[in-house]
Amino acid sequence: MNLAAHLPALQVVLPLAAAPLAVLLRGRGAAFMLVTLAAWAAFAVSILLWLQVNASGPISYAIGSWAPPWGIEYRVDSLSALLLMLVCGIAAVVLPYARASIERELRQDVHYLFYAMFALCLAGLAGIAITGDAFNLFVFLEISSLSSYVLIALGRDRRALVAAYQYLIMGTIGATFIVVGVGLLYLKTGTLNLADMGVRLQEMTSHRPVLAALAFLTVGISLKLALFPLHQWLPNAYAYAPSAVSAFLAATATKVSVYALLRFYFSVFGETAVFKRLPMEDLMLILALAGMFVASAVAIFQHDLKRLFAYSSVAQIGYIVLGISFDSVTGLTATIAHLVNHAVTKGGLFLLLGAVMAGMGGVTLARVHGIGRVMPLTAFGIVLCGLGLIGVPGTAGFVSKWYLILAALEKGQWWLVFLIVASSLLAVAYVWRFVEAAYFHAPRADLATVREAPAGLAIPAWTLVGATIWFGLDTSVTVGSAARAAAMLLGGAP
Amino acid sequence: MTRDMVLRVVAKLLIPFILLFALYVQFHGDFGPGGGFQAGVILAAAMVFYAIVFGLDNARKVLPDRLVETMVAAGVLLYLGVGVAGPLLGGNFLDYFVLAADPVAGQHRGIFWIELGVAITVCGVMLKVYYLFAGRGPEDD
Repeated sequence: MNLAAHLPALQVVLPLAAAPLAVLLRGRGAAFMLVTLAAWAAFAVSILLWLQVNASGPISYAIGSWAPPWGIEYRVDSLSALLLMLVCGIAAVVLPYARASIERELRQDVHYLFYAMFALCLAGLAGIAITGDAFNLFVFLEISSLSSYVLIALGRDRRALVAAYQYLIMGTIGATFIVVGVGLLYLKTGTLNLADMGVRLQEMTSHRPVLAALAFLTVGISLKLALFPLHQWLPNAYAYAPSAVSAFLAATATKVSVYALLRFYFSVFGETAVFKRLPMEDLMLILALAGMFVASAVAIFQHDLKRLFAYSSVAQIGYIVLGISFDSVTGLTATIAHLVNHAVTKGGLFLLLGAVMAGMGGVTLARVHGIGRVMPLTAFGIVLCGLGLIGVPGTAGFVSKWYLILAALEKGQWWLVFLIVASSLLAVAYVWRFVEAAYFHAPRADLATVREAPAGLAIPAWTLVGATIWFGLDTSVTVGSAARAAAMLLGGAP
Repeated sequence: MTRDMVLRVVAKLLIPFILLFALYVQFHGDFGPGGGFQAGVILAAAMVFYAIVFGLDNARKVLPDRLVETMVAAGVLLYLGVGVAGPLLGGNFLDYFVLAADPVAGQHRGIFWIELGVAITVCGVMLKVYYLFAGRGPEDD
């Protein structure tokens, strides 16, 4: 058996096999070891795939030796390779954190189930990014969604159940829309292979069922990626989930949905069908701007830090969609780079908030008063990530905003540059609320003796904070890969 | 329902036939409608029927919680085992062609084990859901 040839299958099989094994082992230590090893191995596989794609172009793997387009094809190109690396990388960082974190937040008898669900969620997200088959994509979407509902419902706060239920209803509506869209496309083309679908659709892009499929897929995937105004499920889900889950989902789930949207728009329907014949550019531009401003404004008035940064996620998704609406290589580069940059920043932020939760017993603004004095490192990390959200030079957020502004200038839309900067000022406002609470207030008397977060929580969180700074200074991985992927999506080099 | 003589007798008579029918659906899946999913549901239905008539405690004696949970995981592992056998025998993942000398026989062999895995997991999940709902007393919130 040549292991290198089976890397695409291993990418999904490793976490997928870890889940039932964790259930069989039952011991929380064993389950933790197993799932963490699987996630690290999956991360290694994704790096190997990324290197291989960069060296020799897209990889195609025929599941069950049924050649595409008949069988299910796993296809790794520059975009999916980057997404795989992001998803597996975040999982590899979050899992060691999860051990120390769920020790405090979850009942001990459900720990092994937590790890099993986490592994399933990782398998689902990796599967979405790697598959080249429309129905397979839907199945993996369901795997990741169902496991994330469970993960959110595990939250210590009883409102987590309602939040998970809300997400379940919205997510199921989204999944239904997606499967209707896929069904219509199958009806018109007779194929489920995405690439084959793209070829066959070229001569029928103006047919009514195809347009209906486009509409269904757009709404369905937009629900999953929490595009304003379909974001209602997101703030509660992120706020009440266990800390490790908030971080993992905030960093990966919506990003993978953006990937699915890009895949359908550019690889299946084609750029001309979506953007040249339909007013999608304007539509996405308006929704993106509304998300950037409304969600940021709502974030300013939150009292709970997790909710605050969850609304900030909705606003950041606005930036990501704004890049898509430009329909240019620079715009897509900004989108894809921001996928990674925001994932790293927000992941780090939610991990640090988990450390705050562990130390201070809660993350409301009133409770974290004076945290700059009692947990100086953690508070400093949150400020660094906050700067990343604002887009201060030297952080990852600056890089993606820079490319967004370039894309806007390319189109001659200088007023958009003004709006991007203006919405960043809103980000300054909500980050400032934390800074004010952390550094300009004395800690509550009962919390004055809180100690800095333990290493088990701090090291993974700072890994992501470090990555936020790193990707702000060295953009060869993020922007380099993003530019290649954008060129591929718009029909350039693979 | 300890005093419902008719129900108990009918249940005892019917359950073996329900189990047999599940096996029929399982093994006939190759040639007609049926397969692991349906068979798993029918198997679980027989157990749920038993639990309703004879009580949850008796059902738990037949299939304890641990065993049900093991079934949920074991089915998926069996499925993955068949999948991984492909690369080990020189094919791709989930490759049934290489499972026997004759590719058609390989396809038969592959789908047989896959469907068995599906049946075990589906039956386990159905029972787990039933146990969880039925085991909830009115007092625990």
